Amino acid sequence: MLNRKKSPAIIDSVELNLQLKPYTKFTLDNGVEVYSIHAGAQEVVMVEMVFSAGNWYEEKNIIAATTNFMLKNGTTQKKAFAINEHFDFHGAYLNRGCQNETATVTLHTLGKHLPKLLPVMAEILTDSIFPEDELAIYKQNQKQRLTVNLKKCDFVAHRLIDEYLFGVNHPYGKYSSAEDYDAITTEDMVAFYNQFYTNGKCIIFTAGILPADIQEQLNNAFGGLPLNKTALPSIVHQTVPTAQKKHNITNDVNGVQGAIRLARPFPNRHHPDFTKVQVLNNLFGGFFGSRLMSNIREDKGYTYGIHSYLQNLIEQSAWMVSTEAGKDVCAATIAETYKEMARLRDETIEETELHLVRNFMMGSLLSDLDGPFQTIARWKSYVLNGLDEQYFNKAIETIRTVSAEELKELANKYLNEDDFYELVVI
Amino acid sequence: MVHYNRFVLDNGLRVLVHEDSSTPMAVVNLLYDVGARDEDPNKTGFAHLFEHLMFGGSTHIPDYDEPLQRAGGENNAYTTNDLTNYYCSLPAENIETAFWLESDRMLSLAFSKKSLEVQRKVVCEEFKEHYINKPYGDVWFKMRELAFTTHPYKWMTIGKELSHIETATIDDVKAFFFKHYRPANAILVVAGNITTEQVKLLAEKWFGPIPMGEKYERNLPLEPIQTAPKKMEVTADVPLDALVKTWHMEGRLDKGYYVADLITEILGGGGSSRLYQALVKEKQLFSSLDCYHFGSIDKGLLAIEGKLVKGVKIEDADAAVNEQLLKIQTDLIEDSELQKVKNKTESVIAFEDMSIMSRASSLANYELLGDANLMNTELERYQSVTAEDIREYSRVIFNENNSNTLYYRSKD
Repeated sequence: MLNRKKSPAIIDSVELNLQLKPYTKFTLDNGVEVYSIHAGAQEVVMVEMVFSAGNWYEEKNIIAATTNFMLKNGTTQKKAFAINEHFDFHGAYLNRGCQNETATVTLHTLGKHLPKLLPVMAEILTDSIFPEDELAIYKQNQKQRLTVNLKKCDFVAHRLIDEYLFGVNHPYGKYSSAEDYDAITTEDMVAFYNQFYTNGKCIIFTAGILPADIQEQLNNAFGGLPLNKTALPSIVHQTVPTAQKKHNITNDVNGVQGAIRLARPFPNRHHPDFTKVQVLNNLFGGFFGSRLMSNIREDKGYTYGIHSYLQNLIEQSAWMVSTEAGKDVCAATIAETYKEMARLRDETIEETELHLVRNFMMGSLLSDLDGPFQTIARWKSYVLNGLDEQYFNKAIETIRTVSAEELKELANKYLNEDDFYELVVI
Repeated sequence: MVHYNRFVLDNGLRVLVHEDSSTPMAVVNLLYDVGARDEDPNKTGFAHLFEHLMFGGSTHIPDYDEPLQRAGGENNAYTTNDLTNYYCSLPAENIETAFWLESDRMLSLAFSKKSLEVQRKVVCEEFKEHYINKPYGDVWFKMRELAFTTHPYKWMTIGKELSHIETATIDDVKAFFFKHYRPANAILVVAGNITTEQVKLLAEKWFGPIPMGEKYERNLPLEPIQTAPKKMEVTADVPLDALVKTWHMEGRLDKGYYVADLITEILGGGGSSRLYQALVKEKQLFSSLDCYHFGSIDKGLLAIEGKLVKGVKIEDADAAVNEQLLKIQTDLIEDSELQKVKNKTESVIAFEDMSIMSRASSLANYELLGDANLMNTELERYQSVTAEDIREYSRVIFNENNSNTLYYRSKD
C-alpha cells in the first residue's frame, strides 16, 4: 500500500554541483570585448551591446533614455519605418533599454539572419539622426503615457521611494516629468549619441547556437567602429537621501488599495554581507514560502503578493519591501512587516526552515543557469559589476554554510524599523 | 521538432513525456480541462479561485509548497477562460516529489475552511489590484459583456464581480473539485532530464490508484452569429480617451484561426505594422495602438485597442481604423508583407520552444486540442496561408455586423 504521507527521498539540493558554464571571450579589432556562450537547442541567437550610456552620464534629465529609445527612429539612409521593417521582416527583435550606468541595444534572431541584421545595427550606432518629427511624436506619446501611469499607485510609489533613498537629482532617484520631455532637443541627443554610442564604450554579449563565423561576423559589423577610443568622463553622484522617513500620499481619492514600500539603503555586491543577506532576504520575503508571504498573504489575506529584494544597482543598493494591499489593511500590513523583522532579530531561525531556504535557493539557481540566455545574463551581471567566477562560487558556499547565528546578527544590523523609509500611496 | 511519448493510464489520465538530457531540470506540467467558460453564470471567477485553493493542502499533505521548495523546486499556476494549468520545475533527481504532491491533490484536497477564507481575500485583492485600482481596468469586463450574449466568454477569468468570489462556499469547492479535477479531465506532461520508462513507473505508482471519476462532458451554449454592429460608450476618470473594438473570429482548430493570427500581425505586430505606421506615426491619432486576439479554443475575439492623442475625436479615430480595415479587405497583401509575418511566426515559435517549461505547456495545450503533434505542424499551417486567404477572412471578420465598439471617454 502506497504511503502518501511519506515524502519520497530527495537529493539535497545543497549537494548539487552547480557550475557556471564558462564563456569564450574574444576581442574585435577596435578592442571591443565579446563574451559568448555557444549552447542551446533552438537555432536562436542573442547579441547584446552594452554601452556606458545610462542616465549616470546625462546632463539633462531623460536624455539618456530618450536617445536610447530613438536609436531606431532614423538614419541618413533609412527612415524609422524602413528600420522596423528590416528587423520585422527577418522575424527579429531589436530592443533597447536604458539603465543607470549602462544602456543596451539587444538583437534576438534566428541565427541564419545575422548577416542581414548586424550591419543595420552598426548603421544605427553610427548614423542615427534623431529626426525632429520623430522626436515630436515620441514626446507627445510619452507625455500621454505618463499621465496614465501617474494614476497608478504602484507607479507613483516606485518613483517616490527611489527619490527618498537616493535624492531626486541622483541617477537612481530621478524620474521623468512632462517638462523634461518638453525640454529635450535633437541637439541634446545628437551630442549624447556621439559621445556615448558612436564614440562610446561598449561590451558585447552573445549567446545561443552561434554560427561558426560569429567572431568574423561581429568583427565585420562592429570591429571598425570608433568604440572604446575615448575615456569616459568620470562623474561622481552623491546620494542625498530625504530626511523624513515616513510618507503617506493620496494619489487617487477613490483608490481601493495602497502601494506600500519599505526600504533602506544597502551596500553593493562587493560588500562582504551581500551574499549572506541574499539568504536572509529569501527567508524574509524573497520567495513564495517566505515569512512575509506566509504571514501577510497566506495567513491574513491582506494582499495578492508581498516581496522583498535587494535592488539591482551597481554603486549602491537598497533593501526593499513592496506590496499592494487593501486600503483598510495597509497599516496592518506595515505593522506585520515590522513584526517579521523583529522576529528575525530576536529569534534564531530553526535549522529546518533555513535548510528549506538553502535547498530552494540552490534549486532556483540551477534553474536560473539553464539555457544559453540565462547563462550569459549571469555573466553579464558579473562583468558589469566588476565581479568574476569567484563571486558565483562564494555565493554558493554562502548558501550552503551561512549559519542561523550569522543571519540573526545581520537582521540586527540591517532590519531595524528606524532605518526604513516607509511609503503608502493610495 | 519536439519529440514525445504518450500513454494513457487506466483511469483516463493522459501522460506525455518529452526527454531532454541537456538540462539538469525536470518540469511536471498538469493541465486540467476546466476554465472560466465552465462556470455557473452566478458563480463566476470560481475556476480561478479554485486554482488558489489547490495550494491549501491535500488529504495527506498539509502544505504543497514547502516539500517542493525543500526539493529545490518552484511552481506556479494559471487559469484562463479555457483551462487551468499547474507547473513545477525542480532538479531532475527529485522528480518523484512532484508526482507525490500532484497526485495527492488530484486524489483529494483537504477542503480547509481557513484556506477558503484567506484565498477569497487574496483573490479579492488580486481583483482590486488588476481591475479596479487601475485606469481602464474595467475595459474588458465591459467589452466581453458587449460582444458575447450567450457564450461564457462573456465574463472574465477573475470573475464578473467581487461578490461572486466573496460568497463562494466550501460545498461549491467540493462539487467543483469532483466534477472537474478527475484523471479523465487531466493531462500530465513531464519534460526534461528523465526517461519515459521512469515516468511510466512513477505515473502508475502515484496517479494509477486515483479513481477515474466521471468524464466531464462540456456542453456550452453557442454564441449566435452576430447580425448587427454593437456599440457602447462609457465615461470614466481616466486621462485619455480609449477606443476598443472587437470582432468574432474562428476557434483554435479552424483554418480561420491561423489566418486571423497573421491578420493581427499585419495590422499590429511591431513597429512596421500597418496600424502603428498609419495611425500612430503618420496621422498621429493614437498615442498607442495594439491589435491581437485571445487565442481562445472556442470562437473568440480579435481586438484593436488604442489610446487617443489628446484632442482627437474618437469618431475620427474610429473612422481611420475602419479605413485601414477596408484596405486589407480590398487590396491583396504584397508577397513581402505576407512573408514578413510568416517569418515572424517562425521566429516566435523557435524562441518559445527554448525552455522545457514552455515545451511542456505547449504539449499539454495541443493534447487538450486533441493531438499533441499539432505542435510540430503549426508552422506548416501558417505557411499555407495565402494572400487571398488574408483578404477573404478579413472580409468575414471585419464585416460591420460582426463588430463591437467601445468608446471609453475621459471625463476630463
